[in-house]
Amino acid sequence: MVAAAAVRRRRPRRRGGPTPYVLLAPAIVLLVLFLLVPIGYTVWLSLRASRVTGGGLGIRKEMFVGLENYTSVLTDSAYVDGLLRMLLYGLIVVPSMLGLALLFALLLDTPRVRFGAFSRIGIFLPYAVPGVIASLLWGFLYLPNVSPIRDAFEAVGLPAPDFLAAGSVLFSVANVGVWGGVGFNMIVLFTALRGVPGEMYDAARIDGANEVQIALRVKVPLIMPAIIMTGIFAMISTLQVYTEPATLQPLTDTVSQTWVPLMTIYRDAFVNADIHSAAAASVVLALGTLVVSVAVLTLLQRRAFGRDR
Amino acid sequence: MTQQIQRRGFLKGIATLGAAAAMPTFLAACSDDDEQPSQAAGDPNAPANLTFWTWTTNIQKVVDIWNAKNPTQKVTVSNQAQGEELITKTLTAHRAGNAPDLIHAEYQALPVLITNGVAADLTSMAEKIKGDFTDGTWALTSFGGKTYGIPQDVGPMMLYYREDLFQQLGLTVPKTWDEFASVARQVRQKDSKRYLATFSSGDPGWFAGLAEQAGANWWVNDGGTWTVRINDEATKKVATFWGQLVNEGILSGKPMYTPEWNKAMTDGTLLAWPSAIWGAGVLEGVAPATKGKWRMVPMPQWDATPATGYWGGSATAISSKSSQRAQAEKFVTWLNTDQEALDALISEGGIYPAATKGQSSTQLSKAPAMMPNQPSFFADAAQIAQSARGFNWAPNVNVTYSQYNDIFAKAIQEKSDFAAAVDAIQAASVADLKKQGFEVKEA
Repeated sequence: MVAAAAVRRRRPRRRGGPTPYVLLAPAIVLLVLFLLVPIGYTVWLSLRASRVTGGGLGIRKEMFVGLENYTSVLTDSAYVDGLLRMLLYGLIVVPSMLGLALLFALLLDTPRVRFGAFSRIGIFLPYAVPGVIASLLWGFLYLPNVSPIRDAFEAVGLPAPDFLAAGSVLFSVANVGVWGGVGFNMIVLFTALRGVPGEMYDAARIDGANEVQIALRVKVPLIMPAIIMTGIFAMISTLQVYTEPATLQPLTDTVSQTWVPLMTIYRDAFVNADIHSAAAASVVLALGTLVVSVAVLTLLQRRAFGRDR
Repeated sequence: MTQQIQRRGFLKGIATLGAAAAMPTFLAACSDDDEQPSQAAGDPNAPANLTFWTWTTNIQKVVDIWNAKNPTQKVTVSNQAQGEELITKTLTAHRAGNAPDLIHAEYQALPVLITNGVAADLTSMAEKIKGDFTDGTWALTSFGGKTYGIPQDVGPMMLYYREDLFQQLGLTVPKTWDEFASVARQVRQKDSKRYLATFSSGDPGWFAGLAEQAGANWWVNDGGTWTVRINDEATKKVATFWGQLVNEGILSGKPMYTPEWNKAMTDGTLLAWPSAIWGAGVLEGVAPATKGKWRMVPMPQWDATPATGYWGGSATAISSKSSQRAQAEKFVTWLNTDQEALDALISEGGIYPAATKGQSSTQLSKAPAMMPNQPSFFADAAQIAQSARGFNWAPNVNVTYSQYNDIFAKAIQEKSDFAAAVDAIQAASVADLKKQGFEVKEA
């Protein structure tokens, strides 16, 4: 627009008219319909409950109950135990998964790596296995009487480890999660490493650094934003862990139906036919996830997004 | 200028169309669907397309007979899930507005369906076929004077044991529970890899049947008030008996229906299975290699009076929202009272029908496929069934059953007192019943 010597100052008119809004419309419609409306409906459901009027096999009526569902969720020892167990699960899974992914990515990035392509595909393959199948697969490996691992141990004459005992079941379930997730995270970190300019390594070698020092002092700091991003995604998916324990639950006595919060939510919604408690529990879990993600991102903001922010 | 007006008009048009399309869905989502349409009227011979959610083995073959005879009234079978899972799916589907016309509901699941408004009131239809079932069987599907399902099969409990392994290890068949305990100890002494049986934390219906045999009465409805007594004397007796044996390692504590259990039943790690009349059908699926090696006898007894409980057994219910009610009623009547249908249910489905016509069927003169060594199987079973007793079910059976899973799994893991576990289930069940708004009287 011509910047004429006008007395009134007007904001420059945006070029293109309403076209941007038309182009945005499909995404906004989808966002509203499939994200905002269900979230709103869940919050609405969590403030209501289905109560029986009349004795015997009386018919149910839905009514407003305020925060009653929330108090019962937060005082439910099964749900709280599940929350704590999930946090412990996260403490085991996230560092091991990222540690292994970083190790593999660094190893595959060394100059004289052999069988690089084969290793990359091999490490990535478990990620391609759907969660339920992977859990069933590991279930067979864990159940003593059908497990080839136990047969192998007994052939050598050693006592077989009990994977599904009360003390080891957490690590066994975590193992399934790590096995499935390492591949994807490794590819992400490997791609980030590929983006580092080679001159950095030349400069480091001139200064006399060996491969290990280059890996720890040059490569890791340079891909720190990628590491933090994968860490946050890993954390968020850990907070929603469901497939692995739910698939293993019918196979053993050591995994209860409320082992992690999402299993409790499933049980309330579908087995106990109490969708209102499930809605309240879901809102609590979602808020918790939001709080943790925001906290971690704020703390690591500078390192995640680079120093130039 | 004209171009801009045209573009703005076009966009406005799109916007109004979008809003108009979204409104009906919004209104539908907000509508209240607690009403039960009364659709007893309707032409039973009008063309129809009925959906039937069921998990009876080979039920497709039985339905094929109907479809051949009634080409305009096709019934489509969908094997969505089994047992408690199917009830979960049915409740969810009903809430979404697309429940199937015909529902396969186990007897303990009917109260759950009724209080959620899923099962239609079938009293008028049941009047017409009253004589086809015993009063005791009608009691399983009737509540508060109304009938909500047509009984399909009953599942009296009996003991299956590996005849070949009993002979090999020199064991005698236990007739009382004390003998059962002593045989269990003998098994462990003679072969430390085998167990006589397992206590499953995954099968609450099985435990309910054992409690029924001992004389338990978990729920009593007295004019609208529920009395809950899951931890009565009889149940605690059963729990303590099994608990002591499991905690000592005499009996296994692993759940049934897992790959490990399948293997244990096949290779003889487990020698006996307290199960129901449909157990032969399950064995066929789970351990087909052991054909001819199992024998069925009455369950071990607590005292001189023979008694047994029920495990499962189901009825067919009709969805309260079905728009093809009359035709559905016609099909359900045929399925559960027609001689040809009952014969097919026995021979293909391996179930023991609830209808009196079915219990005298010629199909019952052959033994089930899995047990050719016991040609008198059904005659023996009919004898046992005469001593079977059950109890009433409350509307929160699903909650009680899911508590059973967790509480007993924990008790087995920690080797704690099973009677205390029963107390915990009682407490949780009463709390949930009260929370839902029912009148509960403390026993």
